Amino acid sequence: MAAAAPPLKDELDIVIPTIRNLDFLEMWRPFFQPYHLIIVQDGDPSKTIKVPDGFDYELYNRNDINKILGPRSSCISFKDSACRCFGYMVSKKKYIFTIDDDCFVANDPSGKQINALEQHIKNLLCPSTPLFFNTLYDPFREGADFVRGYPFSLREGVPTAVSHGLWLNIPDYDAPTQLVKPRERNSRYVDAVLTIPKGTLFPMCGMNLAFDRDLIGPAMYFGLMGDGQPIGRYDDMWAGWCIKVICDHLGLGVKTGLPYIWHSKASNPFVNLKKEYKGIFWQEEIIPFFQSATLSKDSTTVQKCYLELSKQVEEKLGKVDPYFVKLADAMETWIQAWDELNPTKAN
Amino acid sequence: MSQFTIKDDEVDIVIGALQPDLTSFMEQWRPFFSRFHLIIVQDPDLKGELKIPEGFNLNLYTKSDIDKVVGSSSNAISFSGYSCRYFGYLMSRNKYIISIDDDCIPAKNSNGEPIDAISQHIINLTTPATPFFFNTLYDPFCEGADFVRGYPFSLRSGVECGLSCGLWLNLADYDAPTQSLKPDLKNSRYVDAVLTVPARTMLPVSGINISFNNELVGPALLPAFRLAKEGKVRWETVEDIWTGMCVKVVCDHLRLGVKSGLPYVWRQERGNAVESLKKEWEGVKLMEDVVPFFQSVRLSESAVTAEDCVVEIASSVKEHLGPLNPTFDRAAETMVEWIKLWKRVRAN
Repeated sequence: MAAAAPPLKDELDIVIPTIRNLDFLEMWRPFFQPYHLIIVQDGDPSKTIKVPDGFDYELYNRNDINKILGPRSSCISFKDSACRCFGYMVSKKKYIFTIDDDCFVANDPSGKQINALEQHIKNLLCPSTPLFFNTLYDPFREGADFVRGYPFSLREGVPTAVSHGLWLNIPDYDAPTQLVKPRERNSRYVDAVLTIPKGTLFPMCGMNLAFDRDLIGPAMYFGLMGDGQPIGRYDDMWAGWCIKVICDHLGLGVKTGLPYIWHSKASNPFVNLKKEYKGIFWQEEIIPFFQSATLSKDSTTVQKCYLELSKQVEEKLGKVDPYFVKLADAMETWIQAWDELNPTKAN
Repeated sequence: MSQFTIKDDEVDIVIGALQPDLTSFMEQWRPFFSRFHLIIVQDPDLKGELKIPEGFNLNLYTKSDIDKVVGSSSNAISFSGYSCRYFGYLMSRNKYIISIDDDCIPAKNSNGEPIDAISQHIINLTTPATPFFFNTLYDPFCEGADFVRGYPFSLRSGVECGLSCGLWLNLADYDAPTQSLKPDLKNSRYVDAVLTVPARTMLPVSGINISFNNELVGPALLPAFRLAKEGKVRWETVEDIWTGMCVKVVCDHLRLGVKSGLPYVWRQERGNAVESLKKEWEGVKLMEDVVPFFQSVRLSESAVTAEDCVVEIASSVKEHLGPLNPTFDRAAETMVEWIKLWKRVRAN
């Protein structure tokens, strides 16, 4: 039980997409109850999703999304957890923590329950070090520091925009890997937080993720997935590639590692394969695109970066599949919607 | 553990002896060293005979051996201090080389059992590296792990690993300013991971606990960067940091991997950080100039071996860093001399 006031209590929103129920919140109650929740209800809006008593929350279903965004609601996915990014857009807070409804509290090797939110906050509040790799991982963690040979001019670090957590039990594998290794469980607790170096891309998983809305929010669009779309399970990947290119350009940091949550549900690999199938081929083109994407010096805000990126997506990935033309368009729509709902932050 | 089908005689364990009595060191490592051939090189500045326990398959090199091979003229390459181990690398004919400082002993795992750092280095060197895309579950070839969703399939076969950098419990490899400021800072965190340091990302490579593929990158492990007042404790050197950046540039260019993480060794106390602070300050300043250079140096397409790469880096060092400080000029010259020496020794 924490004795001190919950950190960032009034500056952080917890965004949870759900289509079933929020029973998982009971286990998180000691850690989440002080915070405001934004529930994004996917699927049938006529269904009532009960939020456990005692939580302070706002809930949006599809009808709400359509009402608030009007025609721009076309950029928010339906029947896919990508819809969670609507929660990022309507939030009025500086920080967001997002978690899936099948993720529970994990224990560390000593058996103690892990307060994932607290660790994400620590990650976000101390600098990242993308310009030079520290072999002892996060130098700002207690019990660590920069190693011999680490340039002093780089020891201040840069602001941290994203904190990417990991998962014990069911790992975040793609469908082919799930099919080949249905029984594999992640039982390795790696006691590290580290900054993903500048110029390096990574697969960003949206299951256990936190970020600074002020620094990177407009780039956290989770794309067009689910109903009516040719692809699924690439929402967070897409956002991850976009935010990394933009963070690298703007001099912001992305961390990965702790905290762990306990991922309880393995989704059906055959269903997953159908959703991911196109993505598996497309990503072979998408990755080189992002690896070589450069943004102009004039793109000094996240929105400008994102719009510049969307034009490049249309130009270069449009030839891979018309889906990317639609996606580029949706990226623009997203920024318009973001700026409208967040006027003081618009450039 | 993963399958690794290398023969024991493909490995050399190279130890630079900076202290005269290696008994305790070798006895503690015996369970893990004894299968392999050892090369021990005595610091040419260390007088007297080394004390080495019986029962090891080893070759010992001393100052006279070094002088015979290298020559003893004043502008010959210096193998004094920590650089003595490079002579061992030069003499080795084996594919994999593992090197540990003589003030380190096996670390213990959570059950209190000593950790076999040698096996872990061999695993690191013989499994692929993944420098082109970051895997969030770290080493995908480790048992119980794999590539995560979103990792491009075309990059999943990985590339060969050129260098494996281990870590240290107890006395971590901090610089003198850091350790002086925080004298009680000891590393007690065991991070159970090996990861590939991404391509084009620089890192400080510590020579304390290291291994490499001699066939692929051997010539790039070189004794070139000597501080004017280099000493006999790690706080008074940056030679391995320089070498490490050269090796990383070479690996990035040749599309080889550099891993960091396990294994840990237990590093014992030696030296005085505050005393060393006075000497290492020069190195600290010089590193600031060095980093932007290594981050931006690019090699030509015709550099297809480690030797070619080193020669190109040396030429670039001379051109871009030489004017800043004579230490860099000397380093560039030494790198060129080293390659000549390397080729000469290999030709015999």
